[in-house]
Amino acid sequence: MRIMVNIKIDDKDYEVEDGLAIIQACEIAGVEVPRFCYHEKLSIAGNCRMCLVDVEDSRGLSPKPIASCAMQVSEGLKIYTKSERVKNAQEGALEFLLMNHPLDCPICDQGGECDLQDQSMAFGYGSSRFEGDKRAVESKDMGPFIKTEMTRCIHCTRCVRFSSEISGNDEIGSIGRGHDMEITTYLNQAVESELSGNVIDLCPVGALTSKPYAFSARPWELNKTETIDIMDAMGSNIRIDSKGLRVMRVLPRLNEDINEEWITDKTRFFWDGLNNQRIDKPYKRVDGILKPTSWKSALELAKEKISNSKSEKISALSGDLVDIETVYALKKLMKNIGSDNFDCRQDGSRISGPPERWLFNSTFNGIEDSDGCLIIGSDIRKEAPLLNSRLLRKSRDDEYKIGVIGFNNDITFDFDFLGENPSIVEDILIGNNNFCDDLSSMNKPLMILGQGALIGEDAENFQNICIDLAYKFNFINNDWNGFNVLHSAASRAGAMSIGFLPSDKGMITDEILSNYNNKKLDLLYLLGADELNLEKNDDCFVIYQGHHGDIGAQIADLVFPAAAFCEQNGLYMNTEGRVQESIRSTFPLGEAKENWEIIYLLAKEMSFDIGFSNLNELRNQLIEEFPIINPYREFEPLPSPKKDEFNKLNGHQFKRIIDSYWQTNSIARASSNLSIRNNYIKEENNR
Amino acid sequence: MLDNKDKIFNNLYGFEPWNLVNAKLRGDWDNTKDILLKGREKITEEVISSGLRGRGGAGFSTGVKWTFMPKEPTGKTHYLVVNADESEPGTCKDREILRNEPHKLLEGCVIACAAMGAQVCYIYIRGEFINERHVLESALKEAYDDGLVGKNACGSGLDIEIFIHHGAGAYICGEETALLESLEGKKGMPRLKPPFPAAAGLYGCPTTVNNVESIAVVPTILRRGSSWFSGIGKENNTGTKIFCISGHVNKPCNVEEEMGIPLKDLIEKHAGGVIGGWDNLLAVIPGGSSVPMIPKEICDEVLMDFDSLQAVKSGLGTAAVIVMDKSTDLIKAISRISYFYKHESCGQCTPCREGTGWLWEMMEKMAKGEAKKEDIDTLLSLTKRIEGHTICALGDAAAWPIQGLIRHFRHHIEDRIDQYQKESNENYG
Repeated sequence: MRIMVNIKIDDKDYEVEDGLAIIQACEIAGVEVPRFCYHEKLSIAGNCRMCLVDVEDSRGLSPKPIASCAMQVSEGLKIYTKSERVKNAQEGALEFLLMNHPLDCPICDQGGECDLQDQSMAFGYGSSRFEGDKRAVESKDMGPFIKTEMTRCIHCTRCVRFSSEISGNDEIGSIGRGHDMEITTYLNQAVESELSGNVIDLCPVGALTSKPYAFSARPWELNKTETIDIMDAMGSNIRIDSKGLRVMRVLPRLNEDINEEWITDKTRFFWDGLNNQRIDKPYKRVDGILKPTSWKSALELAKEKISNSKSEKISALSGDLVDIETVYALKKLMKNIGSDNFDCRQDGSRISGPPERWLFNSTFNGIEDSDGCLIIGSDIRKEAPLLNSRLLRKSRDDEYKIGVIGFNNDITFDFDFLGENPSIVEDILIGNNNFCDDLSSMNKPLMILGQGALIGEDAENFQNICIDLAYKFNFINNDWNGFNVLHSAASRAGAMSIGFLPSDKGMITDEILSNYNNKKLDLLYLLGADELNLEKNDDCFVIYQGHHGDIGAQIADLVFPAAAFCEQNGLYMNTEGRVQESIRSTFPLGEAKENWEIIYLLAKEMSFDIGFSNLNELRNQLIEEFPIINPYREFEPLPSPKKDEFNKLNGHQFKRIIDSYWQTNSIARASSNLSIRNNYIKEENNR
Repeated sequence: MLDNKDKIFNNLYGFEPWNLVNAKLRGDWDNTKDILLKGREKITEEVISSGLRGRGGAGFSTGVKWTFMPKEPTGKTHYLVVNADESEPGTCKDREILRNEPHKLLEGCVIACAAMGAQVCYIYIRGEFINERHVLESALKEAYDDGLVGKNACGSGLDIEIFIHHGAGAYICGEETALLESLEGKKGMPRLKPPFPAAAGLYGCPTTVNNVESIAVVPTILRRGSSWFSGIGKENNTGTKIFCISGHVNKPCNVEEEMGIPLKDLIEKHAGGVIGGWDNLLAVIPGGSSVPMIPKEICDEVLMDFDSLQAVKSGLGTAAVIVMDKSTDLIKAISRISYFYKHESCGQCTPCREGTGWLWEMMEKMAKGEAKKEDIDTLLSLTKRIEGHTICALGDAAAWPIQGLIRHFRHHIEDRIDQYQKESNENYG
């Protein structure tokens, strides 16, 4: 129930929600109040003194201007944002900020998107009365992502608050006092957080800028495309800024349901991987070496190999970065060939069944409503750093208990480690665990099952045990569904939902791989599948369709060059089941074609009428067959997963699915930004 | 002149030992149990009707401040925090209380805790006060051993714990919310208000922060009655007060006097007069370094209390009277004060962090005369842009001395500039 109050801003009446800060109320009313330190997602610092306004209540006009970020609205409040006193205060604050700020805008990367520039134009005095010497501050080494120019710092402490409140590492702080106050990392170390890049966006001036992007473009010459991220399965909303054919940088977009305002460093800095190791023309293997060829001969060769193979000896695997349309097209093609040997679970996960068994049912926003959490077999900080940050926020509440079964890693907040053996879930189920008391006191707990818990022979049984556990405690009840499966591959949920899975007579990933190794496979189609540990095998003809010369292409006999996700339009479903469209921001490189088109051309070559000739037709067909894929449908919660029979666990083990956070897919592996980051902390530790 | 019998701090000069035995002979801890058994309301009422105003500088009614604490138990610990971080230049009253009258303070703590339902009291003592800290710690041990503090304090049935905490010497930690931050182990940076400490103070619990002197006078008020206290001094500015007189006087001293004593009397009778006679007086800073100075014409008549000094655009502050005779380089003196505030600014909010440095830089130029006359107006407008725009009062404290200087001695600065220009013309002609 929202309580509204009537206020006056600059003599105009407004009705706003009670409890809002004055600065928020002004924003709703469309009255601009300048600010530097205030940020909606961070705690209130009130230290920049830029947002001062005059306030009049029943006791009369406030004796001095009030920081509008730190005071809440109340009934009958009158707010003046343009009075003489306010103007004096704002000009004063700006004058003091600029006093020690180097006016080096022409060589500053923040130029053009700098809060200090903008607000000096809008609220400043226009000239300076300061004649003394400016302060100079030594720049700090914050690692390979954050470039510092601390002389420009205006001490708003947004980065400090971000570091303690959102990334949870407490890595950035201030030392010194007064005029000599400096922002720095502890002992000048590089920041280790996976979210550190966000301080670049938070910094209202050019003190913290992006090191990889340094001096490469100005904001006004960039082409901005609003799209989504596929570095993990959260589907963060991003904006890709490109110049010509090159992606220059990636920024977050606000989406309260998913990533709020943040993105991970992997998302922010993968872009240079789009320029390295790219496949820009078709290749075929001649005398053991991949040699460039033409599309025509490549397609002919593929057709020949496919028609010469036995259909039950043909199989296909789809990778982690592929859009749903292409997977759907490949499924159609495989069905036409007469093969059921296709799988989208290239890590060997055994999830199956209806979507509620393998989606994040509570949704990310549901975390806010939860009152406890049990994490099973997930290294959550690596698999979904932003989800981890949401849990960090909840963990601030002493009442909020977090239990972890599986991996005992530093996840930036405290948790009860229950053990690393999956059988602990069985113990909890029979009430033989200390955590049971905590669980039974919770009304809306979350269960987060990582992919690492669902790999192996016994995985389905284990999942059934977890579902039973969910019913026993309040993970699932009449008005709460806290049974969550967390994915780490962006295309997994989408491919699962269109059923890119073998039927009973088909082969699952493990079988396909062992058949490949045992030379029982004639043809393997890898659709961007790179996370496989396979040796080159002359008995099986491997077709690789993808954008990077990575592990998949190395063992291939025929390579189809495809567009990367930001070079074509495509749909992706995130781990919550939310379908979003990735939008083209640049064009495919060289002779590369969009992914769906390659399958279409192959089908045409094989004289198979696949039923579409452009992306729209494909998409319409797909949505008709699988309405869950419709990106325009209302996103609604799924039913609770059904209980199923289960047996005692038999040697089930958790598997770590991410070894190196910075190198989880072919784009990231090709990115030197991320490689440098991957090695940096190691080197620093060695020093 | 205040009669000896009306003085609260009989051992202000340390002629007698500070210990418990002697303190009891002086009347401390005398039947404290009866006072405590009067109950919260009675004690607070008595303090309100005595008219006691906070001795830390702001002059807010001590009793009224106590009433802001929650009336009913909140399930949290309620705290009394005594601000013994006396760092205001010119002020040395609390130091003498800590040295020579520690039991008055401790008794006051017990009574104040009872009056606001606090269970725990912290005394935050300035880091440089090492001997005073030792005295206070020994006195506290005596009080604990005697059952005056701790479980069932003074046999009243109340449990009151007192802890002593040492600061590290930052001036800003004398600001009440910065003090609380420091006490919590964080950087001493003032908090945004509201919420006020009475709602969310130390560790987020209801807290009242009081000055040493405010607390130390409470036991005597309650023993001798509020009407005795309010009978001393003037209306709305009642009671006695320790004045610290320093600077160009023949006998610098601390003295307990009634509120509203004429400044001239204070200096002539207690401090042996201004060096070179009253006519040699140039200006006085009447309440510690952060209040604006007043020139001799005002000093002739002005009374030493909150309201009279406010009427002449200065303030009583901590009642630290800094006397400056005609030999004083006023501009240099204020420049030194500006340096102090620049050095002690915590760096949290913009106007103070940047502004105090700028003020000091300009004051240095003014002191040399190496400025333009327009700069005086720039300087004044800078002080106006700091004043009232900061989180705590340190910004105001940095601005006021300069405003006082320009208000009363603008001609001094102009003369200095003229002289500098004349000299440089002669030199480089």
